[in-house]
Amino acid sequence: MSVLVDDDTRVVVQGITGGEGKFHTEQMMEYGTNVVAGAVPGKGGEEVAGVPVYDTVDQAVEAEDADASVVFVPPAFAADACFEALDTDLDLVVAITEGIPTQDMSKVYKRLGETDTHLIGPNCPGIITPGEAKLGILPGNIFSSGNVGLVSRSGTLTYQVVDNLTDRGLGQSTAIGIGGDPIIGTDFIDALELFEEDPDTHAVVMCGEIGGEDEEEAARYIGEYMDTPVVGFIAGRTAPPGKRMGHAGAIVSGSGTGTAESKISALEDNGAPVGDTPEEVVDHIEDLL
Amino acid sequence: MRLHEYQAKEVFSEAGIPTPDSKLAETVDEAVAAAEDVGYPCAIKAQVHVGGRGKAGGIKLVESEDEAREAAEDIIGMDLKGYHVDKVLVEAAVDFVNELYVGVTMDRGEGKPVAMVSTRGGVNIEEVAEEDPDAIAREHIDPSFGMQPYQARKAVYDAGVDQSIAGDVASILTTLYELWDDKDGSDAEINPLMVTGDDEVIAADAVMNVDSDALFRHPDLAEMEDEAADDDLEAKANEYGFDYVRLDGNVGIIGNGAGLVMTTLDLVDYYGGKPANFLDIGGGAKAERVANALDMVFSDENVDAVVFNIFGGITRGDEVANGINDALEQFDEIPKPVVVRLAGTKAEEGMEILNTDLVQVEATLEDAVQATVSLTEEVDQ
Repeated sequence: MSVLVDDDTRVVVQGITGGEGKFHTEQMMEYGTNVVAGAVPGKGGEEVAGVPVYDTVDQAVEAEDADASVVFVPPAFAADACFEALDTDLDLVVAITEGIPTQDMSKVYKRLGETDTHLIGPNCPGIITPGEAKLGILPGNIFSSGNVGLVSRSGTLTYQVVDNLTDRGLGQSTAIGIGGDPIIGTDFIDALELFEEDPDTHAVVMCGEIGGEDEEEAARYIGEYMDTPVVGFIAGRTAPPGKRMGHAGAIVSGSGTGTAESKISALEDNGAPVGDTPEEVVDHIEDLL
Repeated sequence: MRLHEYQAKEVFSEAGIPTPDSKLAETVDEAVAAAEDVGYPCAIKAQVHVGGRGKAGGIKLVESEDEAREAAEDIIGMDLKGYHVDKVLVEAAVDFVNELYVGVTMDRGEGKPVAMVSTRGGVNIEEVAEEDPDAIAREHIDPSFGMQPYQARKAVYDAGVDQSIAGDVASILTTLYELWDDKDGSDAEINPLMVTGDDEVIAADAVMNVDSDALFRHPDLAEMEDEAADDDLEAKANEYGFDYVRLDGNVGIIGNGAGLVMTTLDLVDYYGGKPANFLDIGGGAKAERVANALDMVFSDENVDAVVFNIFGGITRGDEVANGINDALEQFDEIPKPVVVRLAGTKAEEGMEILNTDLVQVEATLEDAVQATVSLTEEVDQ
């Protein structure tokens, strides 16, 4: 068992003919992901990495029975690609693209609410079920199969924590990078809900960062609804107010909302211990398993 | 991307929002001439991207030519919270009886825009939001349909705006939303929106921040960009295209990915050091970016030692290692000691490549941070 993706997931790659799209399609396939099609307007009939390309997502789904898509489309066209994927009734859409205008995402988010599709991202590393499938750009070799679920707003921080887990013999059920943009599809609570329902996820690591209030809301969800233990990590404790730390969402506003302290205490108050360092996160997980 | 007040007022005024008579000036003589033109009393306002300009001495009300000259001499060329003032807006003073607030922003929690109105304008609205959240009427907008006329009215009436001006304020809020929507705004704000004794409503200040990711479809706004950086290092970072924030410590930090770089800062602090900066070189960085990043932190005179932490996904350890070697081999003497930790894609190859005469190599993030912090402690002694 795992969350959202496994051996059976049939993937269409939107933007497969671009540099990034092609490279990561090869990487995904090398990892064992079942990539069945590409979709790029005007490129129907071509082939990339041995995979047939269609002009529309609809054609790709029709011909190859795809049930998930990965979006590598440039930012100016990425929202359109998300709409296309959502209107095709896929189970899962993973948007890797960084730099999609926020107002475009607001409209995509509205549409998303009218469908049953899970959207991960945008501006995210993707999702991986170790040993089965990865949809995105995560480096497969650091993951190992096991029972720890992981959800994170940051890509490389995910890799860091996974590396520490794997080093200590703690494999992962599924890892989800939800992305650092102000408006994202799957949020912490959605991911936690999926992990809670997954019998093979025995503990969850949640890596948050400064900015917004998603971590605080997730903490309340953990306290109220979760039996599966959760360990938190919050990046940005030393970030000064008013300065954006890379991610569009990572900013502590002048009025003091979105601080690391508020997130850490919300998690701890709801029974989720928080590690001061990635190693400490793994210590907590070891204690809880 | 932030517009200056004068730029935002141009945009608002073109769209039909009333603004006071004003003129832009870059020299003292121009400012005095402008003051004579718009008439007294008028305000001389520094055009810099700083909040609280008034309190910091960047806005002065003048009543005569002499006062205008004196104020212009004080303000033009001054250093306002680290920003150099090279433009002032000379603007007719408004004789007001009331100050309102209207604004539009993206509510990220809801994923949709929100329009806001308050009768407590003229003060920091974030403070109002904290002390008395009910003093701000909020109306969420469905992004697929835009703001409906009733929503503008509702926000205005909910805020308790006087009946006599409610229609005008609702119309200004509607225009503000349309501008925000058309121009890919992140925030659009009028604070204060002044109300005069004869019920005229005038935008005395104007804020328009635009989503940088959307500038590709707004060439006119992109041209207005004048993002004078806080200091020379931040200007250099803009030039190199890095996400960089300068802090006041002595441990230089370079890494890839915002979350991991923030974590590295936090670990420096955790092990008793003080971070000098946040520098994210981004994904897939190659030799040139590596060299530029090192140049950035070496140029910061506060930095005593540097930790270079890369966890490669799309970034390759071997390319980073070659970049570090190349950059450091340029120096007869390494300006500051550098500790490197590579993990992920091609990390082992990278560790092999690194010239250990030039850098100290550590296997884990924790070890690398601790080693760097102790190097800065040695320098301190």
